[in-house]
Amino acid sequence: MNEPTQIQTTPGGKMIATMVMVATVCGVLIVGAFEGTQDAIAENKRITLERAVFKVLPGAASVREYAATPTGIQPLTGAMPEGGVKFYAAYDQAGALKGIAAEAAGKGYADVVRVLYGYDAKCQCIIGIGVVSMRETPGIGDKIITDKAFLQNFEALDVRVNAEMKALANAVKVVKHGSKQNAWEIDAIAGATVTSKAVGRGINESAQKLLPLLVPHIAELKP
Amino acid sequence: MSLSKQADEGITFDTFMEGIWRQNPVFVMVLGMCPTLAVTVSAENAISMGLATSFVLVSSCLLVSLIRNVVPKEVRIATYIVIIATFVTLVDYLIQAVSLKLYEALGAFIQLIVVNCIILGRAEAHASKNPPLKSVVNALGMGIGFTIGLLALGATREILGAGKLFGITLFGEQFQPWVVMVLPPGGFFVLGGWLLLFSLLRSRKAAIEGGHSHE
Repeated sequence: MNEPTQIQTTPGGKMIATMVMVATVCGVLIVGAFEGTQDAIAENKRITLERAVFKVLPGAASVREYAATPTGIQPLTGAMPEGGVKFYAAYDQAGALKGIAAEAAGKGYADVVRVLYGYDAKCQCIIGIGVVSMRETPGIGDKIITDKAFLQNFEALDVRVNAEMKALANAVKVVKHGSKQNAWEIDAIAGATVTSKAVGRGINESAQKLLPLLVPHIAELKP
Repeated sequence: MSLSKQADEGITFDTFMEGIWRQNPVFVMVLGMCPTLAVTVSAENAISMGLATSFVLVSSCLLVSLIRNVVPKEVRIATYIVIIATFVTLVDYLIQAVSLKLYEALGAFIQLIVVNCIILGRAEAHASKNPPLKSVVNALGMGIGFTIGLLALGATREILGAGKLFGITLFGEQFQPWVVMVLPPGGFFVLGGWLLLFSLLRSRKAAIEGGHSHE
C-alpha cells in the first residue's frame, strides 16, 4: 500500500445519503423485476400443477382447487379455512368429474418425499401417483418413480371410507416386498423400503384426513 | 501486485482472459466451492448456475464501478452487498419465470449467490478501482471461467454417475451408473481430479520454462 494510514472523516450524513440512494435504486429494480415476472411465474406454477394432476388422472382436461372442511367442501379462494384440507378436482373435456388429486408427504431416507395421488370416486381407490419432490438416493430411492411393479400398487389401491365416514375402512399399509395380499396394501420395493414406506405412510395420512371429509360431499363437485 | 498495476492500464485481452484461465475461479482460485460442489450433478444444472452467477457478477460489477467515486469507503461493503442481493433477487424471479423445475433443482443455491465470494471479491478487488467497461469485461471473463469450471464438473459427474450428458443417454442398456458421482462425495472426487489435472499442467509448464514458477 502506498497511501499513508489516515483516519477517514466522511460525514455521517453523506454515508446515509449514499446508502439511501443505492437502496432506492435497488428497490426500484426489485419491484420492476417482481412486476415483470409475476404473471409468468403464476402461469408456470399453474402449468406445473396441471401437468402433475393430469399425470395421475389420465384424461383430465382442467383442474380446480378446493378445500374440504368439517362443514363441507368449497372452492379454495385465498387462505385455507381452519381444519381444511386442500385437494384438486379434475374434469374431462365434457366437464364431468374425472377424479380427485391431493398431495401426500412422508419422511423418506434423505428428506420429505412429496407425492400427488389421483383418487377415483367410482372405485373409491387410488389410480395413480406422481412424485412432486424428493431427495432420495439416485439409483435406490428414486425407483419409486420408475419401478413398474411398485407403481402397479397404485393402479387400484383400495381407500374405501368406513360406514361411519370417520376413517378409511382399511388403513393403507406398506408390506415387505412380495407379500401383498389385500387391495389396500403396498408392496415395497426391495432395497428401497424406507422410501416405499414414506410414500405409503404419506398417502395413508393424507387419505385418512381428506376422504372422510370429502366423500359425503363428492356429489357437489359434479357440475 | 498485478492488480494495482492493471488499474493504470486500459482493457487488454488479459482483462478478459484472466478469469477464464490464469485466475479461473474454480480451478485456480478455488472460490465459490459451495455451489460448485452442490449443484453440479448435471451439465444442465451446472450451466444454469454458472449463467445465473455470471449475470449477478457482471451486473453488480457494472453498478459498483459506476458509483465507485461516490460511495464513501466506510460503507462500501454494505453498498456492494445491497447491490449484489438486488441482482440475486432479480435472477431468482427470472429463473422462476423461465422454469420451475430448474428453480427446484438449484434450490437455495440461487439465493446463496449473495455470499458467493467470487462476486464480492470482484466488486472489491476490481470493479471498485476500474472504469465500468473494463470491470464488465473482467467480470464477464470471470463469469465464463466459473461457468466453464462448473460445466467441467457437471459434465463429468453426469457422464459417470448417470451415463448421460444434457439428459441424453450416452451408453447402451448395459451401462451401470457410478451412482456415487452424483452424490455429494462424488463432487469432491471430481473436483479433486480436475484440480490435480490443473496443477499437473502448471508444474509441467513451469518445468518447461526453466524450473522456476511465479505461482
